[in-house]
Amino acid sequence: MSKNPEASAEDSVPTTKTVETIARVAIRFTGDSGDGMQLTGTKFTESTALAGNDLATLPDYPAEIRAPAGTLAGVSGFQVHFSSEDIRTPADHPDVLVAFNPAALRANVDDVRPGGMVIINSDSFNTKSLAKAGYSDDPLPDIRQRFKLVEVPLTKLNREATQGLDLSARDADRSKNFFALGIMYWLYNRPMEPTIRWLEKRFKGNVLEANIRVLKAGHAFGETTELFPVSFSVPPAKIQPGTYRNITGNTALAWGVIAAGVQMNRPVFLGAYPITPASDVLHEVARYRNFGVKTMQAEDEIAAISATIGASFSGDLAFTTTSGPGFVLKQEALGLAVMAELPLVVVNIQRSGPSTGMPTKIEQADLLLALHGRNSESPLPVIAANSPGDCFYSVLEATRIAVEYMTPVVLLSDGFLANSAEPWAIPDVDSLVRTEVTFRTNPDDFHPYSRDPDTLARPWAIPGTPGLEHRIGGLSKQNVTGNVSYDPKNNQQMIDLRAEKVARIAASLPPVEVDGPDSGELLVLGWGGTLGAITTAVEEAREAGASVSSAHLRHLNPFPPNLGDVLRSFNQILVPELNSGQLCSLLRSQFLVNAQSMGKVEGQPFQVEELRARIQSMLEQER
Amino acid sequence: MSDNPKLTRKDFTSDQDVRWCPGCGDYSILANVQRLMPELDIPRENFVFVSGIGCSSRFPYYMNTYGFHTIHGRAPAFATGIKVSHPELSVWVVTGDGDGLSIGGNHLLHAIRRNLDIQLLLFNNRVYGLTKGQYSPTSLAGMKTKSSPVGSIDHPIEPISFALGAGASFVARTVDVDAKHLQEVLRRAQAHRGMSFVEILQNCPVYNDDEWLEVEDRKQRVEAALVLQDGQPLVWGPEDQRRGIRIEDGIPSIVALDPDDDPVSKGIAVHYERHETPAYAFALASFQRPAFPLPLGVFRAVEKPTYEDLLASEVSHSIEKEGPGDLAQLLNSGDTWTVDA
Ligand code: SF4
Repeated sequence: MSKNPEASAEDSVPTTKTVETIARVAIRFTGDSGDGMQLTGTKFTESTALAGNDLATLPDYPAEIRAPAGTLAGVSGFQVHFSSEDIRTPADHPDVLVAFNPAALRANVDDVRPGGMVIINSDSFNTKSLAKAGYSDDPLPDIRQRFKLVEVPLTKLNREATQGLDLSARDADRSKNFFALGIMYWLYNRPMEPTIRWLEKRFKGNVLEANIRVLKAGHAFGETTELFPVSFSVPPAKIQPGTYRNITGNTALAWGVIAAGVQMNRPVFLGAYPITPASDVLHEVARYRNFGVKTMQAEDEIAAISATIGASFSGDLAFTTTSGPGFVLKQEALGLAVMAELPLVVVNIQRSGPSTGMPTKIEQADLLLALHGRNSESPLPVIAANSPGDCFYSVLEATRIAVEYMTPVVLLSDGFLANSAEPWAIPDVDSLVRTEVTFRTNPDDFHPYSRDPDTLARPWAIPGTPGLEHRIGGLSKQNVTGNVSYDPKNNQQMIDLRAEKVARIAASLPPVEVDGPDSGELLVLGWGGTLGAITTAVEEAREAGASVSSAHLRHLNPFPPNLGDVLRSFNQILVPELNSGQLCSLLRSQFLVNAQSMGKVEGQPFQVEELRARIQSMLEQER
Repeated sequence: MSDNPKLTRKDFTSDQDVRWCPGCGDYSILANVQRLMPELDIPRENFVFVSGIGCSSRFPYYMNTYGFHTIHGRAPAFATGIKVSHPELSVWVVTGDGDGLSIGGNHLLHAIRRNLDIQLLLFNNRVYGLTKGQYSPTSLAGMKTKSSPVGSIDHPIEPISFALGAGASFVARTVDVDAKHLQEVLRRAQAHRGMSFVEILQNCPVYNDDEWLEVEDRKQRVEAALVLQDGQPLVWGPEDQRRGIRIEDGIPSIVALDPDDDPVSKGIAVHYERHETPAYAFALASFQRPAFPLPLGVFRAVEKPTYEDLLASEVSHSIEKEGPGDLAQLLNSGDTWTVDA
């Protein structure tokens, strides 16, 4: 489907009230994890994308599928930030909070911008639910003081709208998130049609009827109620021409896996074990068997990577996806892949830890694990995606390196990239990288560990090829022949060769680009999913007159060749990371620079304002 | 395939020196596998031997085929990826009692359950050899080793029962030194479409010598082993002292037979490999020395769809239904919008 923003705005019923035009707004939908907040947020996001805004989202939900209803532990939220300008973060503070119950209000209201709007379902505010949320007094008088409070009797209105349908009160109540969505569509002049189309595909009978009815009733309520004197319009953003879609990091990653197979003309194998927040990649890839992709839900994380290495040995483009605790379990097998020099991509969608930690929360603290998690000297390339859409390209890049250099590659994503969405310019397939996969077939002078003089890659010689029968494994290998060897000098040489092979990848990498002046007072250097927050903070600071630049690393091993020069061009270096300073310590040890760490492990992304505060204090120190 | 030049045992012997201890049962197994391979009429390049860690797991290095010596216990998972990627390959997993049933128990269980068409040879010597002699999951209770100075307090696991419990479609037991029986069992295993689980009783002269002497020694074997033959009654013993086994309500009992008794009319069970339920095979697997003779041969052989076939047919059905995947179409699927220049 192709639609332009103008046309879709027209689809909506025109309002008779005043429409105020604003540049940007951030809305947070919050309720019980059973209230359908992730769905409500996703639908609002889709409509917003079709309305042509730039946007960024942040889902925030508990790990428990259904935590006790009405409690703080069960609160689920979805924030969407949209704008007529270029934006890169889900916003530090929502302008509007939609709270389905007192617990949702209590867990979120302090994040709301002072003076912002708070819309509550007033039917859910009673003594019992207030007590469950831990409120001893009625919080609303205080909320009224601090925010624009809008009290909507959502449950009652929703029941009225579904009257006459053969639905139990419980089933009818289930649709109240669509009533609220209808209100928000009216309030921000978003088209309802994409949601109606989706409902029509998803439901039928009374349930479909109920959802459509309440969505429209919510919209009509907005128009008629005196609670909302004005509605708002956020004009389309001026974005690069092209065809766009909304995409989350996990979907982009899954599509990257499929695209890698197409672009390299090889069958794809993906072995995985269910783990939050990586399972969606397995789910998504498993839907596309018609691309010839084979997915395998293994018995555990170790089997998942082992089967993946087996598939690579046999010539498939092989992937395994996981998150932190699963990544730990894969390390021994990954060490074998380093030793066997087989191409595969291990995707680690990092989550908050240590141990089981906070599985649905955000962190990027597995960098050192990716680099050094295996016994002995077993270097491998590590790359990190930096936006939801970038997950797609990162898979292609990781696969390119794996195949060209015959090495396992670790691709790091994180819980933020995995679940948040952004508008994504759909690439022209012809513009995507194509890596040539060549298997060794000539038996003359074949040795499993002979190497390409440039890349040092060994030949990919797959079973079934006559004359290339050979054995590989985890025991120390004699150079060239690959036979088992305990020769001390040979062991040193093989370890050096494998390290040199990884180091040589640098020659194929694009240089790090500096956003802002190439040299000066302060460089803010990040990696992975913090790109949006860092760039926004640095640009804002620069607009306010500060001398500050930013740069972001996709390649963490090896580093791009110009990184040292870039670092040495600045007086100060700040490295914000959602860990306790892992990249920072690498930069300090490798380049002997006085990089300063800004770490955070709260399970939440960086806020632009905290980055700006740190930038400012570093610049002031200097003065 | 038959146009291939006739291969010999030598073609399957790699140039690597074999490094097992003198007298190790692995030598005999290796020699017999190398002898059998040329007879299977499979191109040499299509054989892959996959192993984990342990004495038995050095096996692939000595086979002049494709081979992958992987990590401890995980060989079945590696083999799964290899087979799924290239179903035409003849994949053989070599493992031991420690590798397969201790650290790798989970993978063995799931590889069997998935019923990939691979052969899995578990060399059971009831001890850890490569780590110098600790008790293994198949060691008998009370076994004194360096790690169990007063005797192992672990209850042993019985490999055949384990495989049956995991739903194996082919389960057999043979002995390292019995060339003919070993080759015959392996030939059957290779011909079976599905996971073939073969326990090979193997002697470790260094750490657990003569553990299987009763069934390895030709003379003693007559008394100690029950050789299973499909359609034949469960009878063993010297000609003049034959005995048979009756199985009633799942409980086996031993019946002495006169030389001219017809075992079947005496109620002796007749071996049948294709029972729908594994109950009968479980009963056989429960036969332990010295109370019962140790069954050798094929316990169970049933048909079951293989994992790689099911996966491949998912792919082909999906292509039939939805047409071959088109990347541009995928990227443009769902709700999209166009921003004009
Ligand atoms: S330790 Fe035992 S099993 Fe291992 S090679 Fe020596 S004899 Fe064979």
